[in-house]
Amino acid sequence: MNATSSQPVFIALQTNNDTLSLIEAILFDNPQATLEEYPAMVRIVAPGRLVVRRESVEERIGRSFDLREIQLNTISIAGEVDETEDEFTLCWKL
Amino acid sequence: MSNENQTPAKKLTLKENYALMTRDLGWETSYQPMDEVFRYLKFEGIKIHDWEKWEDPFRLTMDAYWKYQGEKERKLYAIMDAFQQNNGQFNVTDVRYIQALKVFIQGFSLIEYTSHRGFNIMSRELAGVGPRIAAEMQALDELRHTQTQIHTLSQYNRYFAGMEEFPYMFDRTWYLSIPKSFFEDAVTGGPFEFIVAISFALEYLLTNLVFMPWMSGAAYNGDMATVTFGFSAQSDEARHMTLGLEIVKFLLEQDPANVPLVQKWIDKWFWRGYRVLALVSAMMDYMLPKRVMPWCEAFEIYFEQNGGALFADLARYGIRMPKHYEVAIKEKGRISHELWSIFYQYRDAAGFHPWLPSEEEMDWFSEKYPDTFDKLYRPRYEYWRQLEKEGRPFINSNLPQLCQICQWPMLFSEPDDPTQTCYRETEYKEEKFHFCSDGCKDIFCDEPEKYVNAWLPVHQIYQGNCLLEGVDPTAPGFNPLAEALKYMGIKPGIDGGSLSASADAHNWEAWTGRPHNSHEGMVTEPAAKAA
Amino acid sequence: MHVEIKTNSVKPLRLTFGHLARRFGDKQATRYQEATYDLQPSVNFHYKPLWDPEFDMYDRRRTAIVMKDWYALKDPRQYYYGSYTIARAKWQEAQERQIEFLEKRGLLLNLPVETREAITFSLVTLRHYEWGANTNNAHMSAYGWGAAITQATMMNCMDRLGIAQHLSKIGLLIDGNTGKSLVTAKRFWMDAPEWQGMRREMENMFVTRDWFELFVAQNLVADGLVYPLFYQQLDSQMAALDGSFLSLIADFPLRWYDECGKWVDSVIKVAAAESEENQKLLSAWIAKWRAVHAAALTTIAARVMGEHAGQAVANVLDVFDARIKKLGLARGSL
Repeated sequence: MNATSSQPVFIALQTNNDTLSLIEAILFDNPQATLEEYPAMVRIVAPGRLVVRRESVEERIGRSFDLREIQLNTISIAGEVDETEDEFTLCWKL
Repeated sequence: MSNENQTPAKKLTLKENYALMTRDLGWETSYQPMDEVFRYLKFEGIKIHDWEKWEDPFRLTMDAYWKYQGEKERKLYAIMDAFQQNNGQFNVTDVRYIQALKVFIQGFSLIEYTSHRGFNIMSRELAGVGPRIAAEMQALDELRHTQTQIHTLSQYNRYFAGMEEFPYMFDRTWYLSIPKSFFEDAVTGGPFEFIVAISFALEYLLTNLVFMPWMSGAAYNGDMATVTFGFSAQSDEARHMTLGLEIVKFLLEQDPANVPLVQKWIDKWFWRGYRVLALVSAMMDYMLPKRVMPWCEAFEIYFEQNGGALFADLARYGIRMPKHYEVAIKEKGRISHELWSIFYQYRDAAGFHPWLPSEEEMDWFSEKYPDTFDKLYRPRYEYWRQLEKEGRPFINSNLPQLCQICQWPMLFSEPDDPTQTCYRETEYKEEKFHFCSDGCKDIFCDEPEKYVNAWLPVHQIYQGNCLLEGVDPTAPGFNPLAEALKYMGIKPGIDGGSLSASADAHNWEAWTGRPHNSHEGMVTEPAAKAA
Repeated sequence: MHVEIKTNSVKPLRLTFGHLARRFGDKQATRYQEATYDLQPSVNFHYKPLWDPEFDMYDRRRTAIVMKDWYALKDPRQYYYGSYTIARAKWQEAQERQIEFLEKRGLLLNLPVETREAITFSLVTLRHYEWGANTNNAHMSAYGWGAAITQATMMNCMDRLGIAQHLSKIGLLIDGNTGKSLVTAKRFWMDAPEWQGMRREMENMFVTRDWFELFVAQNLVADGLVYPLFYQQLDSQMAALDGSFLSLIADFPLRWYDECGKWVDSVIKVAAAESEENQKLLSAWIAKWRAVHAAALTTIAARVMGEHAGQAVANVLDVFDARIKKLGLARGSL
């Protein structure tokens, strides 16, 4: 096994007005991520690591954003979570 | 009097704030021994040296919990109100979809309640403040799921059969003993087993299979209310899954002696959970008139890929993939079909209306299940369709033999031979016990004393325990099966039986002017519309 | 897909679920009713709990109280999850503004050191009492019978965590977010002689297995004495010294106590009205726990209220005894 895992992590979000900018910000910040679209939801998958950055979201929605608001529209995640004021990260440790 | 000005308060990060708000709330008791206060932490053999090592990744304080959960509820109930005011129940694809909602309220809503109870017990019995708070929040979340499901499906209940007696049925109906026994098994285990079983094996490993493709399917079939409660519930699930992963890592890091115990529970609860979710395979493949993805594909994405990533991560602790996972992979092309065939055969004893797949659906199956469908299942369905056409539909009126562990009828095939039904058995205290698989047999052999007590519906019928009060089994004309169904809360011909003959189908066509099965056309004469 | 339906002409086949129709008639049920009645599984349990094989997983015999219908113990607030969280979110918003007001002006931080110490000793220390109450309500939720009572005790459990965190926040306002006051308060709870009676009785409640007795001990008796003493009597004394903003601290707990008391009273009243045996049990439990909690409180009151302590405790006990009488139970002295 590699020292830095490239096993997939993902976040699945409802699709609605609140998540438009969120999804855009995630895709911008995670160039390796791919977007899968399903009825009423999307799944964003990335190898090893995926990060949601507060600043990127705020730039797009034009107001301050508490990363905990993500929870309102999250359907599922895979990977270990690390959450600070500025970043919500999913990754596999090894 | 000293009144020196303090340095201004420093700004706290989320992590610091959470740590301070919860730090040290608990204490080492001294007026009563800790072992009397927390009685259930030792008997399973798990060793915890330091509860403080637990770190809750979500760090949700109560004020934030109320704020975000309250907001979710406001949104959800606004949609629910709109759905009811607009009679949204008539906007779904067709009445087949509603059969799936019956399975949902009969089989799922009250296992959420049992889960609520399980986490209530965790909230009391875990000694660490961090995991207890996580368990408390989850306990309340699980209650939320029960209640939002009932509130959503309440509108359907007013128009369709099979839902009105869901709490009564949950305790008594033969196929509902499958989910019921599953969750009771978890809650009656010790606290560490419960949390590995539910938070890890079920929530982390398996629930994505239920909520992601299935709920997305609900949206695709026009059910805005269900998709909303589903996704809203699932937003709690992200927190619960994280609890599952954290607790497993915590146990593994606390003591090397915990590793084999955790592995044993992962093995057991993967298999137990996988068997319960077999129900979802049939719901996904057969009960969504418009389909998002077949079970086999969902299984590949959410179990094989994601589960693979998870176990690659856990390998550093010496944890391997759950035992018998390879059997689950072998079954992915068969399980939904094997299950649906059983429900069709036993449709008179079901609390919903099974049907035979249409030509269009069979073609879809051929495409999605190229290795199995045409060879193994299409011929059977075509034969049954022929019998229906001839007016002598196939029905099975023998009571099936049930697996002592998962309680499904013996319907699963041999891992390496899909044409043979898999039977396993063992003897315990001079009594024979039967199983559907090696996975279930292993579970029994590890704890026979626990599983000999299972309330197996078919056994109970034979023992005369499934009778309503006042029914006399010695009376002339006594029909044990009909009486058992009554006991189980199933009104023959109303709740079960074939779809095309059902009141659901006839009402649907009269109310909406659309066929009850969009693939098969109307079953009622146009005149019935006026009735 | 949108279909034209003359939906007004479509009559529902039934207005509610069977179990609700049998209780209340076939009419549209309230969301509280749908979310509460008959939800708990009640028969055909599969396995004996490994941790308590004498009982079923749900078992009426875990309390000596007997009820024909446990769903008679309904919540007058009609809280189900949605109405509960929305109600608490509203409180929380108001609370947040009050805390912000205190924080911005550094009102607690700049209090005289003696006052800060007094608040730490008497109020911040109560965060451990709340955590204990959380544990006890978790016990009722884990082993009680029927969704009507156990969903309310679970909400109560969460409320207590919320109040414990509220008191922690007060500590952080006092110590400038260093957490020192929390460390000090923990030491008081563990070692200060005046607090030991309270801690001892808390630990005695932890090993009280009958969940309904625990409901009486914690939610009726202990809370019925602690809240009036600390948040009303003490607060009015402190307010006289240091200004009315202290009542902002007590606002949330007192509002909660007022709301929650209505539920507690209603549960006790219905259980007592059920039978003479219940009445006897309840009276005996009240007498037993009133005696020990009152003794413990007298010690701590003497320390925090000095010469006013005797009167304060007497006031609290009078109010409590009147409440018990109103519930139709014996006054509760041993």
